[in-house]
Amino acid sequence: MSSTFASKPPEEIAPGVNWIGAFDPDLRTFDLILKTANGTTYNAYAIQGAEGVAIIDTVKEAFAEQFFARLEAVTTYDAITAVVLNHLELDHAGALPELMRRAPQAHIYVSQRGLKLLQATLKDELANYHYTLTDDGDTLDLGGRTVKFVLTPYLHWPETKCSFLVEDRILFSCDVFGAHFCDERLYNDLVGDFRFSFEYYFKHIMRPFKKWVLQAMDKIEPLAPLMIAPSHGPILRERPMDYVKSYRTLSGSHLPNELSAREKSLLIFYMSAYGATADMARSVYEGASSIEGVRVSLYDLQGGEVEPFVDLIEGADGMIFGSPTINGDAVKPIWDLLASLVAIDTRGKIGAAFGSFGWSGEAVPMIEDRLRGLKMRVPEKGKRIKFHPTEQELDDCRQYGQAIAELLAGKARPKVIDFAEL
Amino acid sequence: MAKGKLTFADIDVSVNVPAGTRVIEVSEKVGAGIIYGCREGDCGTCLMKVEEGMENLSEPTVLEDKVLKENMAGKDMRCACQAQIIGEGEVKIKPA
Repeated sequence: MSSTFASKPPEEIAPGVNWIGAFDPDLRTFDLILKTANGTTYNAYAIQGAEGVAIIDTVKEAFAEQFFARLEAVTTYDAITAVVLNHLELDHAGALPELMRRAPQAHIYVSQRGLKLLQATLKDELANYHYTLTDDGDTLDLGGRTVKFVLTPYLHWPETKCSFLVEDRILFSCDVFGAHFCDERLYNDLVGDFRFSFEYYFKHIMRPFKKWVLQAMDKIEPLAPLMIAPSHGPILRERPMDYVKSYRTLSGSHLPNELSAREKSLLIFYMSAYGATADMARSVYEGASSIEGVRVSLYDLQGGEVEPFVDLIEGADGMIFGSPTINGDAVKPIWDLLASLVAIDTRGKIGAAFGSFGWSGEAVPMIEDRLRGLKMRVPEKGKRIKFHPTEQELDDCRQYGQAIAELLAGKARPKVIDFAEL
Repeated sequence: MAKGKLTFADIDVSVNVPAGTRVIEVSEKVGAGIIYGCREGDCGTCLMKVEEGMENLSEPTVLEDKVLKENMAGKDMRCACQAQIIGEGEVKIKPA
């Protein structure tokens, strides 16, 4: 099957605009985290202008042979005047070092935040080439054809941008609107059913950046592209704006919001082996629930699956995790949930941890470290109790829950503390 | 030992800190909103706005200066993983 893919000629997607990418039909796992049932494509493009040729992105290094063969079928290396890099992950910039060796006169266009990655990709060879750091709205004139750069930070890296071919209204969107789907018919109106792949890709790549996606759609919608040419999967030439709309929909909440605008949501998750951590959880819950303006929910992780909880956490303002310490660690369901939060944006949410222990109680600080790693705020030191809590200790748990809820509700009082107390 | 006062304006918490303390050593412990990435002055994730007392922070190193420029940071901004409180003055900061 692979051989027929490899021999497919370049595809002229518009007059003088060619797809020169590569097919990877045998890929089943992308970047260790994404599944694909029929491989992927690394899409690159060549735009012919009156005064030169621009190459838009390259391909993964292992597929450079396909890329160069297609490139050579539509132009010569001498004719290349510009290399536009929308994103510098290795599946798009993998063939860049070799392309620049073959076309050293070409001028590289990369966003300002992409410079470090460009340096890391080309190493000392960068000194041999010319490059321009592009800002939002900057243009590249190819002679009768204009490429306008549209910065789309965090879709899905800080440096990512799209490039818009103004006269033809083609948006080269790189990973935005991409899908891991390999079909040599290339166009969305011809390929097999890729709807699942499109949504799956969004969920795993773009979902943590929903806020940024919405900002990017604000820039893309007025361009009203007639065609969207992403770097993975089908080229969207039929109803391209439907896919823009779809990104807006996918960036909304998974669940209808039950909370009023003034209410904060606090979720408490726990696991308990002997009931001690469960007792703590109920007291933390009682304390937090006493604060007006905070809606508190309590969940025993033994009774739930990870994915729905991830959806809940995405919409919540704060989370408290309770775990006993077993073999010097938090228990696996807690880690499974915390590991899954990489798919959503947790920045700035409030986090906390508590738990009962018998000997050393490592679970609580380990959870707190993970929450900080997720860029959450951990304002109160975790609550640890040896074996079953006393009435006094349960009261401490209530106060702990209350303190977290007060912070969420904006009712925390100003504090002056000494470094030694931290 | 000389102590400075570091105030996190976003959460209204002040900490009395020994001279030489980096902001990163304090901000996570009090739950302030500054977010960290590489933690070594390379990525610019932890940019913070210095509302008061810029003169009571250590001068940016060559590396931090480069990162600030790359991120088009204003004159009142620093990297929280790099900036140290010097002397006994007050510094008031918030996330950028």
